[in-house]
Amino acid sequence: MHELGVTENIVNIAVAKAGEAQASKVLKINLVIGELSGFVPDCIQFYFDTLSKDTVAQGAALHFETVTTELRCRNCSAVFRPQDTLWSCPTCGSQSVEISKGRELYIESLEVE
Amino acid sequence: MKKIEVIQNVLEANETIASRNRELLDKHKVFVINIMSAPGAGKTSLILETLRRLKDRLNIAVIEGDVASTVDAEKVQSEAKAVVQINTRSMPESCSLMAAMIESALKDMPLDETDLILIENVGNLICPSEFTLGEHRRVVISSLPEGDDKPIKYPLIFVDANAVIMNKMDLLPHVDFDMVAFRNSVKGLNPGVRFFQISCKTGAGIDEWCSWVLEQAKTNTLNR
Repeated sequence: MHELGVTENIVNIAVAKAGEAQASKVLKINLVIGELSGFVPDCIQFYFDTLSKDTVAQGAALHFETVTTELRCRNCSAVFRPQDTLWSCPTCGSQSVEISKGRELYIESLEVE
Repeated sequence: MKKIEVIQNVLEANETIASRNRELLDKHKVFVINIMSAPGAGKTSLILETLRRLKDRLNIAVIEGDVASTVDAEKVQSEAKAVVQINTRSMPESCSLMAAMIESALKDMPLDETDLILIENVGNLICPSEFTLGEHRRVVISSLPEGDDKPIKYPLIFVDANAVIMNKMDLLPHVDFDMVAFRNSVKGLNPGVRFFQISCKTGAGIDEWCSWVLEQAKTNTLNR
């Protein structure tokens, strides 16, 4: 629901980086998106098609690599995937955890010509 | 075909403006609290109660964020030093305040005569967690009728909060709410968080919250 501004940034970054590389066309944008981030790839794609029109990024394929959520127990330092809705540690049962992966949203690379 | 390494955070544009806001606020010695919650949890009520108790001690301004209307700005107008209403319907995002909206709101505010700005974010537990505004503290209000599972369903907003406020405590006899489970899940995600139980209707707990606000604003002044 808040992908418009984010997609604008994606287009801006892609256009700027393609310019720096003196590329005439962006073929593919590789994005990394965390499972916990509130951004929806389909929505980004939807806005991208409109926002990239008449830029070097028009028609580029968006590739999303999803990062699965990874938590770290503050009590025993175990690193684990959430097993239950409470996010409790499977090793010691503690509910005190921090998110080590899953909040990402970045452009990893561009493929240009 | 050529591959270009980028590794650039897509939210960086917002974060750059947020740091700029923070610099401006620190320059003018203004302390800012970003208040977030689901719609109807009591953001406006808490702001009103805070203004009533602290307006003789601090010059307080309010930034109201809503999709539409000036209803909230009208409610707080008589108590606040200055009020700016942001309507997000006409902005690139309508579901949350973003740093650029705060940047333009700050232009209309008497910063040198302001000690504290309370920002009322758009009622939403998802989007505001992704966008920093340049604030000094992030506060989440939850209320009893919402249920005790909100930290499990919307973890991000609780992870980054400096304080979590449980509002509508007067309804406790009428709802099934497991306070221990709620507190445990919030503390699990965010062990350093400050927890308040209040009722804007009866006034319970509001003085304690206001003391915290004063103390935080003061710490910040000392630090700079």
